[in-house]
Amino acid sequence: MTTAAIDRLPKSVSPTWQFFSDAFRRHPTAIVGGVVLLLMILIAIFAPWLGTVDPQAVAPVRRLKPPSAEFWFGSDMLGRDVYSRVLYGARVSLAIGIAVALFSTLVGLAIGLVTGFIRWLDAIVMRIMDGLMSIPPVLLAIALMALTRASIENVILAITLAEVPRVVRLVRSLVLTLREQPYVEAAVAAGTTLPRILVRHILPNTMAPLLVQATYVCASAMITEAILSFIGAGTPPNIPSWGNIMAEARSLFQIAGYLILFPGIFLSLTVLSVNLLGDGMRDALDPRLARRM
Amino acid sequence: MFAYVVRRLGATFVVMTVVAFVVFSLLYFTPGDPAAILAGDAATDDDIRRIRAKLGLDEPFFVRFGGWVWALLHGDLGTSIFTNLPVTHLIGQRVEPTLALTLCTLLVSVAIAVPLGVIAAARVGTWLDRAVMAFSVLGFSVPVFVLAYILILTFSIQLDWLPVQGYRPIREGVWQWLRHLILPSIALGTVYIALIARITRASMLDVLAQDYIRTAQAKGLSSNAVLTSHALKNAAVPIMTIIGIGIALLIGGAIVTETVFAIPGIGRLTVDAILRRDYPIIQGVILMFSAIYVIINLVVDLSYMFFDPRIRY
Repeated sequence: MTTAAIDRLPKSVSPTWQFFSDAFRRHPTAIVGGVVLLLMILIAIFAPWLGTVDPQAVAPVRRLKPPSAEFWFGSDMLGRDVYSRVLYGARVSLAIGIAVALFSTLVGLAIGLVTGFIRWLDAIVMRIMDGLMSIPPVLLAIALMALTRASIENVILAITLAEVPRVVRLVRSLVLTLREQPYVEAAVAAGTTLPRILVRHILPNTMAPLLVQATYVCASAMITEAILSFIGAGTPPNIPSWGNIMAEARSLFQIAGYLILFPGIFLSLTVLSVNLLGDGMRDALDPRLARRM
Repeated sequence: MFAYVVRRLGATFVVMTVVAFVVFSLLYFTPGDPAAILAGDAATDDDIRRIRAKLGLDEPFFVRFGGWVWALLHGDLGTSIFTNLPVTHLIGQRVEPTLALTLCTLLVSVAIAVPLGVIAAARVGTWLDRAVMAFSVLGFSVPVFVLAYILILTFSIQLDWLPVQGYRPIREGVWQWLRHLILPSIALGTVYIALIARITRASMLDVLAQDYIRTAQAKGLSSNAVLTSHALKNAAVPIMTIIGIGIALLIGGAIVTETVFAIPGIGRLTVDAILRRDYPIIQGVILMFSAIYVIINLVVDLSYMFFDPRIRY
């Protein structure tokens, strides 16, 4: 190697820094999304130490105070501190978004893997999924919530059920392509058992598209949670979630718009960051798509 | 082509059966005994038993499902627990505002989103393209009710240009009717516009890379003619698909939009029914919206034959 060639090598000796600066140059919006999301997660975790008070502490004498030095985001109609409620609300929204993304990906993956390989099951399961997908997801979640008691677990369950069919469709279409690949054929010819083919050859190849899908599910779940809470069919009112805070402000928004504005901005920013992260990952995984989408 | 239409209708029938089954199961598994609710507080166990027998609540699951579907096919969606009125009657009363809102949103959204997507694709990589894409990702991220309140606070309260809330029937004057629909339609349509614009752009970029587009340009056609008559028509199938699938967003969003803007439509009916646990109404609304959604997507699927005669199934 000549000295000129050595000079042309990257100056940086720190591989991680190089990795991040490269990633940022190629996908700046995705990195911004990741940073904002990380910030929100940190806010959710460290909510008790960020200058908050008890989000449920009522003080009727100080109700509906506009934003000030004392109440950064103002106070609601029961005199509760909106800043504290919004910060604690991050916990609920993020927990629901991440839980729904995790569960619906796992359930969808399991169903999609099995149906992609077992023909007779495929016909039945896919008709059921088609039927479930014909019910607008928000309506399906509303119906399920109307059946049950309002609780965070039930919200997660209802939104997961509404999201699963789309994940199943994705996994199934991936499996149908993958099973025709020569290396799967080779594995079959070599006498590999079905479970082993699924785990060794199919599963790893579904991971990347699934990860992208999971971020979109997470974003959509957070919006659905807010919608459910907003119309009174979501997270129980005694737990502050962004949707709840806005739901309680419904009749007051003309005199206290900040009650809607602050949780609304937090929710939109979080969903935006997740979407940007998802778009960036999709572009990174499929450069051909990057130009188009 | 006839075989395709028949097969597509058959698939729609299967899907609707599954939907009916899911929706029926939802009501079947609701907590609480409808007979006990109907009988009231003073009823004895004997009364409740008689009502159960009369309503056929003692029958097995599939017998009840069959009876329910039979009634459904005769246009009977059951009776509201709270008002004791037929669900079809309650829905009928509320159809106009919801239909006005969704149709208005649909037309305006498509009229805005398709040109946006076409322009973005034609000027790919420029600031215009980036602006459309930025709008698109923002549109996906701001929930409909947050946008609705921002619009009300700006255009109704600060600027006082448009009414804050409410709905006027069209017979009270077209202008008043439209004025009350402008903000709800923008709020409801934004996510839909974002979706359609994005898919239009992607689909147009695919088509613009084709050889026949280069041929059209080479033979000296104006870029407008190339874009509209050559490219857009060939890019239409994915766009039509997403317009159909996106209806689900409109339906879900309409419930929220009607709540924010106090529009007395089916969405309000649903929200009130949820608060009162009036299950037959919830069931009827879900069934109706799902049927509309399925039928629209059936029509979209069949429209491919018009847009792309190469499709021969």
